[in-house]
Amino acid sequence: MRARLAQATRTPPGRLRLAGVVLAVLTVAFGGLTAWQLETRASAADRVVSYSQPLSRDAAEIHRSLADAATTASSGFLLAGTEPRDVRARYEQDLAQAAKLISQAAARTTETSPAQDSLSRLNQQLPVYAGLVESARADNRQGIPLGGAYLRYASEQMQTVLLPAAAELNTIETRELADDYTAARSVPWGAYGLAVLTLAALGWVQVTLFRRTNRVFNVGLLGATAAVLAGTLWLAVAGVTTGSALERSDHEGATPLRALNAARVDVLSARLAENLNLVARGSTATYNGQYADATKRLAGIAGRSTPMRRRSGSLPNALALAPGAADQALATAADQYDSWQDRYQDALKAEVGDADYQGALNKTVSATDTTSTADAAFNGTDRALAQAADIEQARFEAAADGTAGDLRLAAGAAAVLGLVAAAAALRGLGRRLAEYR
Amino acid sequence: MRSTTVPTRSAAALAVLAACAAVLGGGGPSGAVPTAATGAPQAVQQTQQQQAQSDTCDIYASVPPSSVDGPAVKAIKARRSLVIGVDQNSYRWGARNPNTGQIEGFDIDLARAIGTAIMGDPEKVVLKPVATADRVDAVQKNRVDLIVRTMTVNCKRMEDVAFSKPYFSITQRVLVPKTSPAKNLDEAIGGRNVCVAKGSTAADVFDPAKNGAKKDAGAHLTVVENQLDCLVLMQLGKVDATMTDDGLAAGQAAQDQTVRIVDGDVQPEVIGVAMLKGSTDLTARVNQVLADYHAGGEWGRSYDRWLKPYMLNDAEHYWPVPH
Repeated sequence: MRARLAQATRTPPGRLRLAGVVLAVLTVAFGGLTAWQLETRASAADRVVSYSQPLSRDAAEIHRSLADAATTASSGFLLAGTEPRDVRARYEQDLAQAAKLISQAAARTTETSPAQDSLSRLNQQLPVYAGLVESARADNRQGIPLGGAYLRYASEQMQTVLLPAAAELNTIETRELADDYTAARSVPWGAYGLAVLTLAALGWVQVTLFRRTNRVFNVGLLGATAAVLAGTLWLAVAGVTTGSALERSDHEGATPLRALNAARVDVLSARLAENLNLVARGSTATYNGQYADATKRLAGIAGRSTPMRRRSGSLPNALALAPGAADQALATAADQYDSWQDRYQDALKAEVGDADYQGALNKTVSATDTTSTADAAFNGTDRALAQAADIEQARFEAAADGTAGDLRLAAGAAAVLGLVAAAAALRGLGRRLAEYR
Repeated sequence: MRSTTVPTRSAAALAVLAACAAVLGGGGPSGAVPTAATGAPQAVQQTQQQQAQSDTCDIYASVPPSSVDGPAVKAIKARRSLVIGVDQNSYRWGARNPNTGQIEGFDIDLARAIGTAIMGDPEKVVLKPVATADRVDAVQKNRVDLIVRTMTVNCKRMEDVAFSKPYFSITQRVLVPKTSPAKNLDEAIGGRNVCVAKGSTAADVFDPAKNGAKKDAGAHLTVVENQLDCLVLMQLGKVDATMTDDGLAAGQAAQDQTVRIVDGDVQPEVIGVAMLKGSTDLTARVNQVLADYHAGGEWGRSYDRWLKPYMLNDAEHYWPVPH
């Protein structure tokens, strides 16, 4: 082998032939590697847009729907015979939404995925929960206190079985999204490295030829250089622009959405505890404790006098991470949240201070009053957060959509340019080689 | 109502056998009256007195009745409202009717009678729901003037608050599903999964640390926040039996036609009205109202209205008589 190589390099045509082979291999390899690396990133970007982000969004929505169902069921319970149709409809809608998304997620999840376990728990426990809520409703309508015990039991099942399973699913899907983001945004160092090597080889061959033949330009080799340069440039531009688009979709979409979803679930937990305290009718301090914990998680212990941004908790966190477009909605949410806290304190004062249970109940949730209750302010918070979520989801889509297409186009271009460069280099060297015949 | 299972004694094999027996022997009495079982009044009365005597203090002791307004009563009258701590979760004793929004029951009748007698006007009586664990504190911190909330009189509590003369005798009873073959209390709890409320007398009955009467029954305890949570768990088949006092047991049986109270009882106790320790004139006043309330027949009528359909005996059986 070594001998044959030495033989080949001893004569000028041999050297030229060898250079031709090396350049052809390098340019084709550059095109191939670049195309392959960009295609890998394109499919990761595709997964982000059409698979892992929607799954992560659905997992968050399952979590939120379940928490919302528990909260709404408890509101309906407190209103008993006067439960408005809307409240019942919202509960049913929550259950339907959760059931639909659970089965969709199950269909999209592979047999071996760690998500299977949480999904099957959700699947098994959702009907159990719904049955307990119906028992609570039936007992409550007959006026027997057992209904309250059933509702508290149902809520406990929700809090200790269903919501943790949903949170787990959410974590798994979020991790998958993060992995896809990393894959889509990783820099194709291999392609860059090979580009440099190929350009160096082309340059070296041209300089050597210039020294030997005193001909300044070899059109073929120049063309090959231009093609490789164009491929590299395309690679760089596509890499940087899609990278920054994905970065933006994460920064303005996926990440703030995650923070927002955490805040929304905390809002629902607080509202559920507030209701359960009234369901328990002063028989335990557990639920006031749960309320305090949930609101502390949400926005810390600082009150209205501290601006939301300066508090610590999931709501200020969602506010800090949110893109400017969602600021307005989040400001409304923060404002409504503070009203809700005031009304909660009012109701608590009525219940504990003045022993006015009915008064406390009326201040918290009412079938007729839909503006000045704690429930109304909670709904205001919830709606504003939902609006912010829509905005952030739209930002995500606007930024991430099309990145896979751009990467795929660049991959195709790099493959073609690699072949063009190989052909041009061989042609250019072929001209020189012809001079030896 | 987070529940914890506490095996008081390892008797798994016994439990399995008992469970098999429960399945095989299914059926059981299925009369329409939830409390078809017959009580044993004589035995009850006896154990009750033994128990009362074995205490280190006299739970029947209270100041003599009087209708004179002392400083405590005058202070309350000057405030123009009497605040009475009540329960709103004990069916038929003190429970909020979700359809009317009113708290009603045997204790509530009594609370209103006491309030009206002292204040002369039912409008000046404020009923304030108080949590079980908060009762002593609510009295001591003056958040309520009186507690009428199935509150057991015992020596330890008598150190913290003053009690009226007792107005009801209770014992711990056991509820089982009607399909259970258990014939008496011991069969119902022996080696079974038994539900009790946290901090309740029933929990003490099984507590070796408190030398409870049934500490050796081999029962597996499921401890929940509220006695009603036991009925939920029993309906869902997660526990075999529930121990609670006969008043609350009656409330549970009233809410579920498919459970029954088994024969036998343990841990006889009396319940009374609690108030601030130094207010002897208020205590005397409450004792007077109680005496009149009982003598006038209102006590019995209230019993008949709220409790009789679910209890085992007539009213007079439950009026505490000092030994």
